[in-house]
Amino acid sequence: MTLQEIATRIGATVVLGAEHLDEEVEHAFASDLMSDVLTLKDTPLLVTGLCNIQTIRTCDMANLQAVLFVRNKRPSDDMIELAEDNDMVLLCSEYSMFKTCGLLWDMGIKPLY
Amino acid sequence: MHQEYTVVEGDFVNAGKASSSVKKTLKQLNVNPQVVKRVVVALYEAEVNAIAHAYGGKVLVDIDADKIKMVVADKGPGIPDIALAMQEGYSTARPEVRDMGFGAGMGLPNMQKNVDKLNVTSEVGVGTTVEMEVAF
Ligand SMILES: Nc1ncnc2c1ncn2[C@@H]1O[C@H](COP(=O)(O)OP(=O)(O)O)[C@@H](O)[C@H]1O
Ligand SMILES: [Mg+2]
Repeated sequence: MTLQEIATRIGATVVLGAEHLDEEVEHAFASDLMSDVLTLKDTPLLVTGLCNIQTIRTCDMANLQAVLFVRNKRPSDDMIELAEDNDMVLLCSEYSMFKTCGLLWDMGIKPLY
Repeated sequence: MHQEYTVVEGDFVNAGKASSSVKKTLKQLNVNPQVVKRVVVALYEAEVNAIAHAYGGKVLVDIDADKIKMVVADKGPGIPDIALAMQEGYSTARPEVRDMGFGAGMGLPNMQKNVDKLNVTSEVGVGTTVEMEVAF
């Protein structure tokens, strides 16, 4: 499944990284706890309701390239700027964490654990 | 190669700047990406702690051909019981810290898991020093 297909199916807005939407996603990890994200060995799509600069910093440290923010959270300009430096994709969904994850699951996106 | 950074109390916006910069340096030096990740995850958690639990401090980084040494030294309340603080889940973090996605008591355990050597020393009422080493 590509990021583009994911964005289309869940009606997510592409805030950053339209040029990277052909990248394939196999796994997703949903968390608002950045310390937990920092334990991951893999680099899944991050689904989160935490929308602040530390979300992007965490992705930088953990080499995560794509974030899907839920519940209409909008990344700030400085978040977008930092994410751009790291060639990231930022998507925004209006759905809750639960519904977003349900839709991803239905699409065949796999969990890490 | 020696690098120094300053971290400021409560300055969450800049938490991770030192780690970001170290990541760029290590990438330029062609260090194995898995090793780079271990280094920057540990350093980031240490930076967050100096900002969240102390009154800021200094990050000192020394890189040579086969390893990196990092020291995060803060002025702050110190840690009364280091063994307790190292336990996963133990946290005294303020709500503000949790709002930033931290404060679940995983920082020190994350450091421990990612570095080859970790040494935490602390004096109550003075500050805390976290020394870490990772071999390339
Ligand atoms: N630099 C520090 N200065 C004072 N206390 C600290 C420092 N680092 C850690 N601690 C103490 O150890 C606890 C556990 O730290 P950590 O494992 O990073 O979890 P967290 O930061 O999520 O609370 C903190 O809640 C705090 O009580
Ligand atoms: Mg911490």
